[in-house]
Amino acid sequence: MSVFVWIEVHDGQPIPASFEALGLARQLGDRVTGLVFGQGIDDAVKAAFAHGADAVIKADDASLARYRFEPYVALLAGLVQEHNPAIVLAAATTSGRELLAGAAADVEGGLLTDVTELSLDGDKLKAVRPVLGGKVLSVETVTAGGPQFATLRSRAFPQPEPDASRSGDVIDAAPALAEDAIAAKVESIESAGGQISLTDATIIVAGGRGVGGPEGFAPIKELAETLGGAVGASRAAVDAGWIPYEHQVGQTGKVVSPDLYIAAGISGAIQHQAGMRTAKVIVAINKDADAPIFKLARYGMAGDLFDILPRLNEEFRKKLNK
Amino acid sequence: MHVAVITNCTPDTAADVAVDAGGNLKVDDKLVVNPWDEYAITEAILLKEAHNAQVSILTLGGPEHEEALKHGLAIGCDQAIRIWDDALQGWDSLAFAKAVAAAIGKLGDVDLVLFGKELPDIASDAHIFQTARKLGWTPLGFVAKIEALDPAAGTIRVKRQVESGTETVTSRLPAVISVLKDINEPKYPTFIGIRKAAKASMPVWSLADLGLDAAAVAPKAKRLAYQDLPKREGAVEMIDDPALLVDKLLEEKVI
Ligand SMILES: Cc1cc2nc3c(=O)[nH]c(=O)nc-3n(C[C@H](O)[C@H](O)[C@H](O)COP(=O)(O)OP(=O)(O)OC[C@H]3O[C@@H](n4cnc5c(N)ncnc54)[C@H](O)[C@@H]3O)c2cc1C
Ligand SMILES: Nc1ncnc2c1ncn2[C@@H]1O[C@H](COP(=O)(O)O)[C@@H](O)[C@H]1O
Repeated sequence: MSVFVWIEVHDGQPIPASFEALGLARQLGDRVTGLVFGQGIDDAVKAAFAHGADAVIKADDASLARYRFEPYVALLAGLVQEHNPAIVLAAATTSGRELLAGAAADVEGGLLTDVTELSLDGDKLKAVRPVLGGKVLSVETVTAGGPQFATLRSRAFPQPEPDASRSGDVIDAAPALAEDAIAAKVESIESAGGQISLTDATIIVAGGRGVGGPEGFAPIKELAETLGGAVGASRAAVDAGWIPYEHQVGQTGKVVSPDLYIAAGISGAIQHQAGMRTAKVIVAINKDADAPIFKLARYGMAGDLFDILPRLNEEFRKKLNK
Repeated sequence: MHVAVITNCTPDTAADVAVDAGGNLKVDDKLVVNPWDEYAITEAILLKEAHNAQVSILTLGGPEHEEALKHGLAIGCDQAIRIWDDALQGWDSLAFAKAVAAAIGKLGDVDLVLFGKELPDIASDAHIFQTARKLGWTPLGFVAKIEALDPAAGTIRVKRQVESGTETVTSRLPAVISVLKDINEPKYPTFIGIRKAAKASMPVWSLADLGLDAAAVAPKAKRLAYQDLPKREGAVEMIDDPALLVDKLLEEKVI
């Protein structure tokens, strides 16, 4: 079975979730083709091979320098029509979700989105995915013949060990649309910068209304830095203007599943849980020992976060030699 | 200018949900307007105020979704249409997209289609991008702000919030956009608005009205069952000493 994996490239490098998709593709099929679109993408092609691609279709062009719906969908749909893979996978990022939806619409393929488990039942994809704010799971399957599409939630599938000695055929592909046929023009970009993306983060330290103000995020940021993690927040803290929306975790923010989620001054409302329930280990720090967050947590510390976080930070620095 | 906004009802985020032995969902509360759609509907009304736009609000679903249409009418949408047909039962994102795209086509002169960011009950936004594709229009997803809209020139400039940062994008109209929660302060219906909406008629467009047949919207994916979440093992372990917590976390190998 032939599996296509769209490799999402940021700043010349594939995102970790694309490697997770390559790893899953190897389990589902026997021939894995990485699709690398962009400009100046030779490093990304190498990385795709190292993480499990048997072949790479490469489209290197100025019109593809940054992901845009129209040129990317036209290119992907054209390649799917030409090569007729059984399965097309991508990470369920904002771009991956748009791209696979668009291409599936063009080729009339069945689509399963933001899945956390994926397997083959006969020749049809079958997925498990959280719905309704992660309160229940939905088991879904593709019913139609032809190429099947699925987007994979970041960190739901293991990342394969890279093997730099792997290589394979590189097939060059030309863009499907000329620049003047593309309606959307990107005028400027404010990059998320060097910050660790919340959805890829293995460790998140998050603060809520309990931090009391913008300066209350200082101990949160310090601990995140010690642990090499990202900073999260509840909606209450975001709505108060203490921290930008990009940091919001929950139903109307980001859905994350880090190995470790430390929630400080967050009560654990159902809408917050929707974004962090699948974290492997949850630590709750709250001065109210009855806060609902403790029902979800593996470890809890009842007390003042301004007292506890600096002490935790101190201990981590000692034991991690930082 | 003609703006169409697409909405649905969904179980309340605070509602308790349970799965029965047959894999069916039991929700202990009535449906509410999809909270994401409140921003899309409000944005449509803001465009009406700024550009004298006509606003149509559409839903795809059974009568239980009329509440979302009434909400829209009550805050100022001009007409409401419900798309439904027995053949749409068990729709997937592509069936949704085809029916909604056909309805937009039937309206004829739509310049801009607005969606809330996603539908929580299917936990997906695929239907938005597929609607755009079936219309052959540019989708601008995850819009945090409409910075400029020029109906005469047929152009729009938006700020999109995506993983890699914030993009400022210009595009041509007609276009399809999905909006994020920070785009505006949702409007709420007035008493008079609610009274007016209660009296409004809401036509139902069937597949035949849309020029589609059942085969065209046959789903290509379907739900087999709902499942409960796996139970989290054990209760929380309360710890007083930060040093002990650090040791436990190092033992768990999560750092
Ligand atoms: C449609 C909808 C969508 C929503 N989406 C989201 C979402 O995406 N994300 C989200 O987070 N919320 C969301 N919410 C809001 C959610 O319901 C809660 O209001 C919010 O999560 C509460 O944030 P909080 O826990 O920071 O604040 P609170 O509930 O006020 O909790 C603050 C906690 O801090 C503790 N505390 C105070 N001071 C200290 C201290 N010094 N040390 C230790 N602990 C302290 C208190 O005991 C309390 O438990 C949504 C709500 C709705 C209706
Ligand atoms: N695989 C799927 N993808 C998207 N939506 C679905 C899927 N399966 C069911 N639905 C929708 O979920 C809701 C409940 O489905 P049903 O119980 O089949 O009527 C309806 O709005 C369905 O159209």
